[in-house]
Amino acid sequence: MEYLEKNMSQVENGQLQLTNICKSFGSVRALKDVSITTEPGKIHCILGDNGAGKSTLVNIISGVLTADSGEYLVNGEKIIFSNPKQALNAGISTVYQNLAIIPMLSIYRNFYLGNEPVKNNYFKFMDKDLAISTTKQELTKFGVTVNNVKRQAGTLSGGQRQCLAIARALYFGAKVLILDEPTSALGVKESANVLNQLVLLKEQGINIVLVSHIIDHAYEVGDLFFILKMGELVGSYDKNDVSPKILRSILSK
Amino acid sequence: MTYLKKIITRPESGALAGLVFVWIFFSIFGHSAFLSLAGTKSYLQVSSEIGILAIGVTLLMISGEFDLSIGSMIGFSSMAMTLLTVQAHFSMTSAALLTLLIVIFFGFLNGLIVVRTGLPSFIITLGSLFIIRGITIGFSKFLTGRTQLGGLETANGYNIMSFIFNNNIQVGGVAFPVSILWWIILGIIAFTILNKTQMGNWIFATGASKETAELMGVPIEKVKISLFIVTAFCAWFIAMTQTTTYGGADVLRGEQKEFTAIIATVIGGTLLTGGYGSIIGTMIGALIFGMVRQGIIFAGADADWFQVFMGIMLIIAVVINGIFRKKYVTG
Repeated sequence: MEYLEKNMSQVENGQLQLTNICKSFGSVRALKDVSITTEPGKIHCILGDNGAGKSTLVNIISGVLTADSGEYLVNGEKIIFSNPKQALNAGISTVYQNLAIIPMLSIYRNFYLGNEPVKNNYFKFMDKDLAISTTKQELTKFGVTVNNVKRQAGTLSGGQRQCLAIARALYFGAKVLILDEPTSALGVKESANVLNQLVLLKEQGINIVLVSHIIDHAYEVGDLFFILKMGELVGSYDKNDVSPKILRSILSK
Repeated sequence: MTYLKKIITRPESGALAGLVFVWIFFSIFGHSAFLSLAGTKSYLQVSSEIGILAIGVTLLMISGEFDLSIGSMIGFSSMAMTLLTVQAHFSMTSAALLTLLIVIFFGFLNGLIVVRTGLPSFIITLGSLFIIRGITIGFSKFLTGRTQLGGLETANGYNIMSFIFNNNIQVGGVAFPVSILWWIILGIIAFTILNKTQMGNWIFATGASKETAELMGVPIEKVKISLFIVTAFCAWFIAMTQTTTYGGADVLRGEQKEFTAIIATVIGGTLLTGGYGSIIGTMIGALIFGMVRQGIIFAGADADWFQVFMGIMLIIAVVINGIFRKKYVTG
């Protein structure tokens, strides 16, 4: 509980502002002068084809990579993250498509990974009862009912795994939630559930960044759309100004 | 059905079935000697030695790494301690502690090179297997001109070392070596760390998916390096037991022990690829190892057949582990 309060105070509202971000890998320029601002209570969709620079952008926001140049502001304060843990502590949590959870670990061990509740400070015994009951309770909030959270997380469906990762991020104080292709591996019904959850979180004031190549899913829930092409931001649109058809035509040009 | 599934998916259940089979097999073919207290003592002694080593190997394997140099570390530890005692006139206890520090440093180096280069630990520690063995033989020959050294019984501090590592506990007129007790104690400690603590969660996560673990803020490099140090400690522990038992050292001591420890671990249900395993399983694996090794002698067969038996059990264990993991664990 201690760290939760700490995170809350660090991030009052969770606004991100990236200005002129550049990143190169050797001679390949993955991002060229990309500027994006994201606000709490909105869903921001980053759209683009493979190799457009979406992953690089996500990795910079989440502290996996550091930008070569440009400014990164969280709540108006300039920051440089040198690892993902620092971004997590600042309330910025990323749910990756394939790396969100560890299938071989049990559900509750996944939930508390890296944030284990400790009973005895010297020997760091895990408070399993607390971990199990909290995991169950938090999952229920996302419409996932699991009787036995000691089960391996690999036995969960794709949608349930996404919900587990999202529930975990929120529980540990995320104010900014970045989702990397959350629906691309899901069926129709599960996609709908995950997207509904995102809308609910938005209404609670979470700043959501959604990376997707499924335009229909993005348009259904998104408020703002950023289109990346060959590492450059080629357009940003408000939902009222575009349709899925227009977005698709810009992307495929 | 779900109850049965629960039992089958536990990593140690295959090993338990194997243990029952081996025990029944040698109860029939090993004559009364296998079932006697003296027979029990003889296989428990073998099991405890391999078991202590396998505890370290299991923790490391669950974190996704191997250490092939532990056999060489046994040889090094026993020779270094004997040289320090007999040649440099250290007391045996300080020689043992100094040796422990050196071996911990070896473990640290193994771990550091593995995490910094990102190369498979199999290759890195295959290198250290030869380096450490070579150093042991080289120094021993250079300093004494010999590859075997004795004379520890009269050394200062032998009594304390012997009390810790080479004691006996009388049960029903049979002297059970204290290493069995150490095996159980170290097993309980390792079991507690793995299943009850934050570190345990980190070990599993590091082995199952180091990328995800790192994204969640687990210090995977620290986890791996400390487990290389733990395996080195286990090798040192066995070396102390052997050295006090034989009263001296041999540069070749511990040869192939790295493989037998891996066999006990894998028979115990731990996955070679990491992320899944159990200390209880490994202890059962070591028990099977000891039973087969001594049971074959009691059965009157040539002891060499032991290798065939263990090899077959290893392959069966790996196949079964693979099937169950696919079926239940990864979903």
